[in-house]
Amino acid sequence: MAEQDWKASKRTFAAVSIPTLFWVIVFFLIPMAIVWLYSFGENRGLTDIAISGTLDNYKRATEWLYLTIFAKSFAVAALVTLICLIIGFPVAMAITFASEKWRPWLLLGIMLPFWTNLLIRTYALMMLLGTQGYANKGLGALWEGTSWLKTLVGLQPLPTWEPVQLLFNNFAVVFGLVYVHLPFMVLPLYAALDRLDRSLIEASLDLGAGHFRTIMRIVVPLAAPGIIAGVMITLIPALGAYLTPDLMGGTDSQMIANVIERQFKKANDWPFGAALSFLLIYAMFILIALQSMRKKVPEVG
Amino acid sequence: MALFARTPRAPLEYSRTLWMRLWVGTVMLFLYAPLFVLMIFSFNDSKRNVVWRGFTTKYYEKAFGNDQLVEALVNSLTIAALATVASLVLGAVAAVMLWRFRFPFKGVIDGAISLPIIVPEICLGVAFLMFFSAIDWPTDLIWPLNLGAITIAHITFCFPFVTMVVRSRLATFNREQEEAAKDLGANEWQVFRDVLIPHIKPALVAGALLSFTLSLDDFVITYFTSGPDTITFPVKVYSMVRFSVTPEVNAASTILIILTVILTAAALKFQGVKAIAETH
Repeated sequence: MAEQDWKASKRTFAAVSIPTLFWVIVFFLIPMAIVWLYSFGENRGLTDIAISGTLDNYKRATEWLYLTIFAKSFAVAALVTLICLIIGFPVAMAITFASEKWRPWLLLGIMLPFWTNLLIRTYALMMLLGTQGYANKGLGALWEGTSWLKTLVGLQPLPTWEPVQLLFNNFAVVFGLVYVHLPFMVLPLYAALDRLDRSLIEASLDLGAGHFRTIMRIVVPLAAPGIIAGVMITLIPALGAYLTPDLMGGTDSQMIANVIERQFKKANDWPFGAALSFLLIYAMFILIALQSMRKKVPEVG
Repeated sequence: MALFARTPRAPLEYSRTLWMRLWVGTVMLFLYAPLFVLMIFSFNDSKRNVVWRGFTTKYYEKAFGNDQLVEALVNSLTIAALATVASLVLGAVAAVMLWRFRFPFKGVIDGAISLPIIVPEICLGVAFLMFFSAIDWPTDLIWPLNLGAITIAHITFCFPFVTMVVRSRLATFNREQEEAAKDLGANEWQVFRDVLIPHIKPALVAGALLSFTLSLDDFVITYFTSGPDTITFPVKVYSMVRFSVTPEVNAASTILIILTVILTAAALKFQGVKAIAETH
């Protein structure tokens, strides 16, 4: 589609570009620039911050404590993304190959939680996972059942059931993040699978490959762009997650976002918080750059 | 399998295999069970939220009697409405700009517009906190002007989503329609209003739904932007959850879930399931 040169109709171009540019510059780029500048500043007094060009904040960010938190955030986000991919891929397949009548409703079923308030979803999960919640009751019932079965076959019964701590630990953070981010993964996967040429799958099946082999050798490579998109869409917000580790995590489950928040709300060290924020943004940029590099490889080869 | 499959299954009807159905069913249960339990327990006549002790609506009365909570809900809905209207205008205009024109630094501007989608919420929140304190944004304005800072922040992260949705819809627009309208004597504005807007309407509905729910949903950015006197619903619920898990929180949450479902249903009625599903 031929695009019009902006000089051809300057008035229309001005009408559409001025509000957009104004907003993006004033209410996005300038605030980001302020954070960037402050990351080179230092505290002088309680509210006074001098932008002195110091690199101390970045130096402090490379201390062992903060490096481990960065590494841990990456590990948690990667694990969450992997679990979402394993759970989400069959769901996306099911939606793609569902009948015309069912497909929109299944999609809606995935999208509705996505529209529901994140805080409410986290809270709902917390209720369920509490020591007296249903998850624990379900596990307890399973335990009692196994114990009863063991006595039935003449073995020693299991010791009495103790509620397990499902909340306020790393397990809860991963579980909560998977719960929250699953729709993010399913939607791009579905979009990619939906565009797939079905005759290729049929050909593979006709030529004697099994379903599993067809999926691994035909569907997955063809849907790779969608898989990468889904991975990015899940990984990036999971890496910057604040609410889930804050509410569901224990004292050792802090992620980067929680450390950043503390610099602003409790420690009152804005320059250091700004430096951490920008390190997180740089990490995102690296991830996106890696993704676009991968995209170019098949075109070249 | 015999239970489900009446006609023989074609090779590609994966969704008709039993294990696939079980998988999807389990995932749906995983997604919805916590929300249903939450809603059911909002009617539980017990302070301690764990054992069912009979039906009551007293926590709804308590939630509606909680002035701070009601004020927070009104604030949130006002911000969401304002942010949606502004995001629709700004998002549509930006989409038209990127779709229609060729101009210098287009790639950079395109990137800058979609950047708020990628930048982590926490960083955006921090940026607005610093920005509003650097320009000494007044915090003691009267309602609804005191919501200005939060609304501005919300518009910034909502409008790129509208741009994205509208742009993908514009890609299917037939330029000949525009030319025909011009041949028949329409000016730029009339073409925009009578030809372009009707074409992108489904995207605008989807974009509005997206903006409204994103705004209503946001906790992190609001948490950093809100002053001491401007509280929104998620910020209020957050402080309630931090202190205690009570049926009052369940009641308040249930109200918001029902609101989301009503909004979605309205958008669906307006556009149909397929159109909404496809724009995502």
